[in-house]
Amino acid sequence: MTTTDSTPTTPFDAEPRFESVQEVRDALRDSSYLADDGISGIVYLADRLNKPILVEGPAGTGKTQLAKSVAEMTGAKLIRLQCYEGLDESKALYEWNYKKQLLRIQTERGGDEGNEDWTDVKDDIFSDEFLLTRPLLEAITADEPVVLLIDEVDRVEVETEALLLEILSDYQVSIPELGTIAAKQIPLVFLTSNNTRELSEALKRRCLYLHVDYPQLEREKEIVLAKTPGITDNLADQVARIVRSIRQLDLKKSPSVSETLDWARTLMLLNIETIDEQVAKETLNILLKYQTDIAKATKELSVDD
Amino acid sequence: MTDTASSRSVTPGPDASNGGMLNLLNGFVIELRNAGLPVSLTENLDAMEAVQHIPIEDRDAFKYALGATLIKNHAHWRSFETVFEVYFSLRGPEYRIAEGDGDTDLDELWREMQEAQQQGEGNGQGGMDGMTPEEIAQMLMQALMNGDQGMMRAMAKQAVQRFAGMEPGRPVGGTYYLYRTLRNLDLDNMLEKMMDASRDEASGDLTSLEERLEKEEYEDRIEKFKGEIEAEIRRRLVADRGAEAMAKTLRKPLPEDVEFMHASRDEMVALKKSLYPLTRKLAARLARKRRHGRKGPLDFRNTVRHSLSYGGVPAEPKFKYPRPSKPELIVIADISGSVAAFARFTLMLVYAIQNQFSKVRSFVFIDGIDEVTDYFKATEDIQEAIHRVNTEADVVWVDGHSDYGHAFEAWWNKYGKDVGPKSTVLLLGDARNNYHASQSWVVKEIQQKARHVYWLNPEPKSYWNTGDSIVGEYGTHTDGVYECRNLRQLESFVDLLA
Repeated sequence: MTTTDSTPTTPFDAEPRFESVQEVRDALRDSSYLADDGISGIVYLADRLNKPILVEGPAGTGKTQLAKSVAEMTGAKLIRLQCYEGLDESKALYEWNYKKQLLRIQTERGGDEGNEDWTDVKDDIFSDEFLLTRPLLEAITADEPVVLLIDEVDRVEVETEALLLEILSDYQVSIPELGTIAAKQIPLVFLTSNNTRELSEALKRRCLYLHVDYPQLEREKEIVLAKTPGITDNLADQVARIVRSIRQLDLKKSPSVSETLDWARTLMLLNIETIDEQVAKETLNILLKYQTDIAKATKELSVDD
Repeated sequence: MTDTASSRSVTPGPDASNGGMLNLLNGFVIELRNAGLPVSLTENLDAMEAVQHIPIEDRDAFKYALGATLIKNHAHWRSFETVFEVYFSLRGPEYRIAEGDGDTDLDELWREMQEAQQQGEGNGQGGMDGMTPEEIAQMLMQALMNGDQGMMRAMAKQAVQRFAGMEPGRPVGGTYYLYRTLRNLDLDNMLEKMMDASRDEASGDLTSLEERLEKEEYEDRIEKFKGEIEAEIRRRLVADRGAEAMAKTLRKPLPEDVEFMHASRDEMVALKKSLYPLTRKLAARLARKRRHGRKGPLDFRNTVRHSLSYGGVPAEPKFKYPRPSKPELIVIADISGSVAAFARFTLMLVYAIQNQFSKVRSFVFIDGIDEVTDYFKATEDIQEAIHRVNTEADVVWVDGHSDYGHAFEAWWNKYGKDVGPKSTVLLLGDARNNYHASQSWVVKEIQQKARHVYWLNPEPKSYWNTGDSIVGEYGTHTDGVYECRNLRQLESFVDLLA
């Protein structure tokens, strides 16, 4: 996007939102999201390069939360498109308000002076008034700053992904009857994926890639401390350590960060100060959701090797 | 930045002030492609733009910026990291990419440590070099117990310098130096000592849970320390031989390209890790294919019923819901030494997506054959079942050398009647029959009764039908022989199957 000074400003010339990586990091921390170097660096880059971020990683590691927190810290409006199988244009981009158009035509007919000719009516019923905006169109036509979250993009079919391409690379939507609608401001776009299928090359190419994994011990402890009010440092440390220990086992589903937090809150409610084996075993079902996993973890935690 | 240490002859970019950076990045991308990572042109341009926004001194941020723009698959991250570490390990000063650990900081830290040491023990030593190995071990233990990153890094540097015995120009791989360093440090023993120390600290009554956690913490730190040592050795090797040569020796296949038959232990672990997400993807894809694959024929009754709401006009044609039948799978796998890993992976993969089949039966053989379906039925844990297959299955008949002929014949006599028109039979193995009778009529019989028969061979195609391999003879009676050397090929076959 090279523009010289003489050309009118386009949304691509807008002031960057952040000054430095550190600023992103601090701001995220203020909205109680603890980012590591990678996360804050890539959010910063996405803003500078005007590129969407594709966030991948195991379920429950805070992918969606990242978008929410970024929206919160920039004071932007969060527009969310939840993807599902069978999502189509009329749900994601825009739809013509067919009933209203019909009414318009009927009113026309009923009127005494039928002198408005066909082109007028046509131009009329295919105008903004009859357009129903869906999340994607809404995100680029909004006047205020927007964070667009396209959640679980791996759930849509490969063909539907193509819908996203235009908006992701050029921030515009082409509507055959109206022409191209360009963005008034460049939204920060987050796409999340649980990696249940390989996304198309075309989509990946347009995005910055961020893999969010289970956090390191230190960071997980900090998250527990930040998100569980009143928890002691000691207990948070124990929670983080035990969770790490469990994640090393070969399980069907490793405990996610949100499950760690649930567990920490449960322990708080039960007024538990330190975790011993007994407590760990009794509350494992909050961390793990499969019976085989629970059995395995119980066995591992009690037998000393 | 003008002329650089980069040995490549890439034409400098239009922007002269950026020429150095452009060359550098170009070289890096070439290195990535050499390592098998797909990097497209647009991604290359993105990276170029990205680094302009990142203060180059910040090595970590620089790495993440390149990673985010160039690497779009998490399984490739490790390879990327290796290439990055090698490629940028020495180019630092020229391009002002900070090494992350400036030597001055280290020296300072070192002095501090020394002072602390001197105060504590009162022995006035001049420098690190004068220390005995025992003292070094003592210091290392302290560093590990406190989890002091800076100190661990300094220790790693010192350890490599002292123990690795690196000589310039010597054609030895990094693993050799790593081995030498680690042998001298004796880290296993260190773990024991650290555990003892923490037991003493807690006055002797650690519960087993606490002990486990403590141990894991120390193991984690020791792992990190090993990583530091590796990085240090790598730095020195790159300094000695140059980045290109090192990148070449360190080049490793991506997990999906690792050959089953020659995978090292580490690669096996990596393979197992990438198997689970793969099965999830496969299952999702197959389920989707089943649902949306074909459109059924016109459903006349349904169409007429719906026509009532349009005044009798069949405006909305309705189609029958397609219900393709799920195949019944019979897996017959050679589990003799040479192909055991391949059989294991295929069984794991098949059982991980078993709900895509109406029924899965599995048999394993070397020269005798045994049914192992029950092992998988008994437990939900596939790993455990595989373990039982390896230890309990009765597969040896005479001498424990592969005998496909006998195994097939025995199988046909016992289970041949179970093959029906719904069955798909998978034969796994390299068909190295040790010059026994082939009994290929069995495969022919199976083909006549079953829906499909496929043969999966983990050997490269060029080895087929050489030596005692008779895959060609069996292959003529199957619906296809597929080369399955790595996870990628196995995945594409399974996709075709269901």
